[in-house]
Amino acid sequence: MNLLDHKGVPLDKQGLTWKEMAGQPISKLDDEAFTRVRIILMNGIELDALRLSHIGARMNADLRLPLARVRRIEQHQATAVSWLIGADHSPLETTIAYEQVAIEVTAAVAQQEPDPYLAQVYRFGLLEDFDHLYRYSALLDRMEGKDANNILQGNTDIVPGRPTVDEHRAPEDDLRHPYTAKADLLSKLHATLITAAEYQTHDFYMTIGPTFADPVARQLYAEIASIEEQHVTQYGSLLNPRQSFLELWLLHEAAEVYGYYSCAQSESNPRLRALWERFCDYELGHLHHVCELMKQHERRDPAEVLSRELPAPLPFHSQREFVREVLATEVDLRASGPDFVPVEQENPASIAYRERVNADGSPSTEVAAAYHWTSGTELNRPLARAA
Amino acid sequence: MENVTRSGFNRTGAQTSLHTVQNMQAFADEQSPSGPSHIDGVLEGRSIASVRAESVHAAERIGSVPIPTTLTGVLATGLSKLTGHRPEVLVDKLGERLAFERTGVRLYQALIDKAEAVQADVALPFTIGELKHIRDEELEHMHIVTSALEGLGADPTAQTPCADVAGVASSGAMQVLSDPRTTIAQCLETILSVELTDGAGWDLLIRLSGSAGQDDLIKPFSEALAREQVHAQQVKGWLERAVVDDLD
Ligand SMILES: [Fe+2]
Ligand SMILES: [Fe+2]
Ligand SMILES: [Fe+2]
Ligand SMILES: [Fe+2]
Ligand SMILES: [Fe+2]
Repeated sequence: MNLLDHKGVPLDKQGLTWKEMAGQPISKLDDEAFTRVRIILMNGIELDALRLSHIGARMNADLRLPLARVRRIEQHQATAVSWLIGADHSPLETTIAYEQVAIEVTAAVAQQEPDPYLAQVYRFGLLEDFDHLYRYSALLDRMEGKDANNILQGNTDIVPGRPTVDEHRAPEDDLRHPYTAKADLLSKLHATLITAAEYQTHDFYMTIGPTFADPVARQLYAEIASIEEQHVTQYGSLLNPRQSFLELWLLHEAAEVYGYYSCAQSESNPRLRALWERFCDYELGHLHHVCELMKQHERRDPAEVLSRELPAPLPFHSQREFVREVLATEVDLRASGPDFVPVEQENPASIAYRERVNADGSPSTEVAAAYHWTSGTELNRPLARAA
Repeated sequence: MENVTRSGFNRTGAQTSLHTVQNMQAFADEQSPSGPSHIDGVLEGRSIASVRAESVHAAERIGSVPIPTTLTGVLATGLSKLTGHRPEVLVDKLGERLAFERTGVRLYQALIDKAEAVQADVALPFTIGELKHIRDEELEHMHIVTSALEGLGADPTAQTPCADVAGVASSGAMQVLSDPRTTIAQCLETILSVELTDGAGWDLLIRLSGSAGQDDLIKPFSEALAREQVHAQQVKGWLERAVVDDLD
């Protein structure tokens, strides 16, 4: 798709009613797992659009009105997307889906990413969310008596990754080298998308964590939310800090276009495909609105930031083989500042930090002690059947 | 869309993607720690039990039962008539019953709203009038408890700890009844468990009132219990008709 020629829907023609926003949810049972993955990803991007917009408004008097106008649409898009999750998803089942997003989307990004260092960052983060899925699956099984594969639908493995207990790092070991001004557009879009997705995951865990009664769940969400905050720190640090606010905004709109475009290409549910297409056109409208603002306020040609062609769509399908290969070869990597090193060379600051937070015990270790995912839950193992 | 469940392409089970899930299971078998060797280990989820135990020891209570704070308050009210050493138990359980009946009115209303919406398309095992009659009786029961609490000098507008916990327990019922996607049969299944709990609640309350020396409460409560038993029987019959009998 040509980003600069497709003008999309102009801003003043965009709008949703409450009933469109709070429309029919997907079926947890019958829709594809990847339909839910798309919903969660796009909800994360829309919420990040609001976040960026508010940060920009605090620092740019001249942009407050255009930001407020676009933000109103983003709010309503975010609602329409987020409300697609049906009420029969328990918060913990939705959590399983969030980690599936973090694994499958990050794995797809890691393989498409043209910059080898950035690809390494994604593989590093991926193995951590992969471990979260294992811990949360143990919780779902042991607390609610449910099989995480009812949500995952056979697309994502449930085995330990880089142990969550070892993921706690000192802040200096979560910062990465940012992409540069010369980076490929795709690299910039990837960093924007994954940062947004991780931010949403963090906020979701912070919101639902205290709604659980079980102390095991409360502790696990507290622990994993902290890792998601590290992930936001890590992926957020990939964004080039020398970009102007308008450049960040322009890239964000481009990432929204790219997200919806990718969703529309692969969606199996016709109703959702129509929604993704509609919102892709809305985002093109936002993008061109910001292009004009950039010309006006910075006297810059947006083509300097955007390439003409949108990259090939992000694939939405199981990345099982890739994830297994990364698990086999990179699970023992650790961080030392922005670099990835063998476990024995890990920065002592992270080891000291970890000892402190884990001093009272490790919720992620306790919940999954001897956990062995079994189709139909661990109660479906022969040992339990014989009893 | 018709208010019945049909067979279709449910994707949640292992057999939907049999080879993939076999592959997934084989990988889990290879990569996971070996599980507990005894059934107790599986059932306890290993160290979850110890985290729970530690928290149970450290936990504070959900809250307290509101009792009139001044002595004159107590003397001026029926609370002074309470025999037995823990009057707060009766107040707490009355508060629970009140909250339960109040929510019950809303649960039945949600079922009525759904039934009215679908009655043109599907055969209903009950009449809307029958549902409204039960709803109205739940409301009457709520007021019986309100009067009982007032008679004791307790505050019927307070949320007691048992009322709060009953609200947590019935939150799932509310989700089922108010979800436009659920069928009448699914709603009846949920209402049945509410009614069975309701009947047991009245039964307990009658015994508790007797042991607290509140004999004048026993008659109205017994009448309520009799009605609740009828509700449970009716709902059970409707559910059977909806699920077992051909209503098409
Ligand atoms: Fe995660
Ligand atoms: Fe994450
Ligand atoms: Fe946008
Ligand atoms: Fe009742
Ligand atoms: Fe009843």
